[in-house]
Amino acid sequence: MSSDHVSSLAAIPEEILARVEARGVNRRDFIKFCTMTTAALALPIGMVGKVAAAVADARVPVIWVEYQSCSGDSEAFLRANQPTAAEIILDLISLEYSEVVMAAAGHQAEEAKKQAMEKYKGKYVLVVEGSIPTGDGGVYCATGGHSAVESCKELVKNAFATICVGSCASFGGIPAAAPNPTGAVSVMELVPGAPVINLPGCPVNAENLTATVVHILTFGKLPATDSLGRPKFAYGKRIHDNCERRGHFDAGQYAQAFGDVTHRQGHCLYQLGCKGPETFHNCPTIRYNEGVSWPVMAGHGCIGCSEPGFWDTMSPFYRRLPKVPGFGIEDTADKIGIGLAAATAVAFGVHGVASCFRKGDAMEEDKVVKED
Amino acid sequence: MAQRIAVDPITRIEGHLRIEAQLEGGKIASAWSSSTAFRGIETILKGRDPRDAHHFTQRFCGVCTTVHSMASIRAVEDALKIQIPDNARLIRNLIMGIQNVQDHVIHFYHLHALDWVDIVSALKADPAKTSQIAQSISDWPKSSTDYFKGVQDKVAAFAGTGRLGPYQNAYWGHSAYKLPPEVNLIGLAHYLEALEWQKDVIKIHAILGSKNPHPQTFLVGGMSIPVDPDSQNALNADKIAYIRKLLRKARTFVEQVYIPDLLAVAPAYLDWAGIGGGTGNYLSYGDFPMDNSPGTGSLFFPRGVIMGRDLANVQPMDEKKITEYVTHSWYTYSKGDNAGLHPYDGETSHKYTGPKPPYEFLDTNGKYSWVKSPRYLDQPMEVGPLARILVAYAKGVPDVKKTVDFVLGKLGAPASALFSTLGRTAARGVDCLILAQKNELWLDQLADNMGRGIYETFNKEKWDPATWPREAQGFGYHEAPRGALGHWIRIENGRIANYQAVVPSTWNAGPRDPKGQPGPYEAALVGTPIADPTKPLEILRTIHSFDPCLACAVHVLDGSGTEIIKVRAL
Repeated sequence: MSSDHVSSLAAIPEEILARVEARGVNRRDFIKFCTMTTAALALPIGMVGKVAAAVADARVPVIWVEYQSCSGDSEAFLRANQPTAAEIILDLISLEYSEVVMAAAGHQAEEAKKQAMEKYKGKYVLVVEGSIPTGDGGVYCATGGHSAVESCKELVKNAFATICVGSCASFGGIPAAAPNPTGAVSVMELVPGAPVINLPGCPVNAENLTATVVHILTFGKLPATDSLGRPKFAYGKRIHDNCERRGHFDAGQYAQAFGDVTHRQGHCLYQLGCKGPETFHNCPTIRYNEGVSWPVMAGHGCIGCSEPGFWDTMSPFYRRLPKVPGFGIEDTADKIGIGLAAATAVAFGVHGVASCFRKGDAMEEDKVVKED
Repeated sequence: MAQRIAVDPITRIEGHLRIEAQLEGGKIASAWSSSTAFRGIETILKGRDPRDAHHFTQRFCGVCTTVHSMASIRAVEDALKIQIPDNARLIRNLIMGIQNVQDHVIHFYHLHALDWVDIVSALKADPAKTSQIAQSISDWPKSSTDYFKGVQDKVAAFAGTGRLGPYQNAYWGHSAYKLPPEVNLIGLAHYLEALEWQKDVIKIHAILGSKNPHPQTFLVGGMSIPVDPDSQNALNADKIAYIRKLLRKARTFVEQVYIPDLLAVAPAYLDWAGIGGGTGNYLSYGDFPMDNSPGTGSLFFPRGVIMGRDLANVQPMDEKKITEYVTHSWYTYSKGDNAGLHPYDGETSHKYTGPKPPYEFLDTNGKYSWVKSPRYLDQPMEVGPLARILVAYAKGVPDVKKTVDFVLGKLGAPASALFSTLGRTAARGVDCLILAQKNELWLDQLADNMGRGIYETFNKEKWDPATWPREAQGFGYHEAPRGALGHWIRIENGRIANYQAVVPSTWNAGPRDPKGQPGPYEAALVGTPIADPTKPLEILRTIHSFDPCLACAVHVLDGSGTEIIKVRAL
């Protein structure tokens, strides 16, 4: 840690440090933040000066809207640590609109959103939380008397870029689960072709959100993504690839039942339904709540929450995956992603796959392809 | 002439809420509460594996996360007659306990405080005087003149950029703000401190539940977090010590910051002890099982029903007396829309008949909300910390009686002051303090079990659906931070045949019923003074005192509908 600080001290010009300090930002915290963010973005440490310059000046305008959401992603944001939510709001961005945080309400809140959209047209970052219901003319979600459909289209169109936080905005999420009663869709589906970054997860991991914002500030462009719009720095590998229990999997040691000795000793959760082998996300490396834990560490399998359509394609959650691919390093995120997207499209289209899956003999355990 | 106003969105809540209100003579004569979003999760649950339900239901809400998992697994366990191990009871109590504590503090500082605390006024405070006041009300160490000067400078520098972000366009300077600048500065400093605190103490959910929001270790039959002092992959002595440290941090902040602040702010707003009372009926399901006897066991917060503010007569709670109406909700019932259905027989057939967006006002004579109207013995009921505390207080629970009497004594107010907006906000503090002090007991008991070699966290007897009866039904209860939460499940052939959740904000935010009886929000707003119809700060105070948690927004409309106030940016 201390050597990191020394190198970053060398890389961040004194003039920038003085400027942020005048704004009431602790310079040590600022250096730490810039260094960690540079690392999180997988950039050479020499880039830390550029990161610092970008975040010191920017306070990029951000509009954060919620549609069919549970506010879980807003809450996840409040758990952010490097930097904290307070630091982000006060120092890093200018949060023009957020229903959970903002002081104003009603017409004054709506007005703030409208003004920000006009004043920062083409420059603001839009954060969308929740899916958008298109059924029956969009009557299933309205704010200030305006439907989510019209609101979202307008905000996306005028944004520099849109960040979809959580699986609902990214892929439709739980409202889109079969039979999708409200015709819920993702931002990508509502506004095809718009510059969108998807940060799925239920909820989003705050660290991935922070890293994405800083990437945009630093380079003025969006991070590289897979075919599903997910940044490669966070969704480039499967849970299974970096899982702390991978050794047990390779050794054929599987937890047999919740609470038994194999489970208590941390054996692989695959037979208890873990979806880690088919899920692309960096949970095992960054974990949650400042690195305290993540589902597998706490003894529960991954439910695949960063994958499209996971409520239908990954459930029943306690049934082991019907077949696990060969785990070859040649399986890139893109290949697997395309496969899943196709499966999801079918599920959305006719509800057939998911419904049959659920209503048939889903309780029966399938044969497992690879098992010692 | 009567005025009609609308507030939409109501911010600093979970979800989309709209309040429409009619003003007469500077007061609210009538109000309508509308939730403007619908997701249909109950419909999505049909046909699925009951053991999966808690993952789905937890996503009802990400603010009061955990609570819908808790109610769901209890509903399935009730249906299948599953007895959970003692360790699972204790882990659940700890998860629920810290959820209540953390959620109440976030509510007070981040969702509710700005209704009472004017942060612009805090910039005018004298830091030395602020320090003096802070030190007179608490031993909290962050109270020096330099500290408050630092906070003030930082916020002044922020304001000096001219970009106020989430603090722009608010009601700063409104005549209803009554605190001196120094108390406003204390509130502002603690608003920022609480933001740091909340993300630390909730790490208990990460340790026991894998993450927060949306912990993932719930199981029908127990918990999936293993307990074993001889394993590095389980809850061991090290993690128990970590939880203890976080519980102490939580308790210290509540005792030294939250409660002293509550008691410092309340005296300036004692008139709000006479505003916002509402229905006067209170319902609590009770919670926090103190032993592992069959059924619910003995509950720390008891069950009960209070009608017409009659604290001398707490009636037993019977879930069979609950019905839901859709007369003014965007749903239809097969037996007709004026019928009342018990949740086991509940129907969620949505049919939107409101105005096509964009719209200015809802037709409040017809259907006007996505929230149904639950009733107990056909009466509207308020739920929440106030209901929970009133039932426990009336039943003489010692911890509750002591704490309530302490708070009332400090404010020099009678028990009847609790039936109000201020009472609701004070009861939340009482609830928080009691649980912050109670949590360590459950941790001690868990450590004691571990010391005696009891590691069981999961009862697997009924895990396999082959062991289930062909048909079963169950009721899952929980006292969530926002109050009485019930899930009702019917299981047929190993699948969910019907699932209904009646959540705290359904009870509180529901629209009128077939008899025209208003829901608790609607009733509580009647008589509320509105100093400036273009800045209805007073509506936020009463609505926020309930801690709304919807998936939608509130508006205020005035009654005649002839004159519509357009509220402009300040």
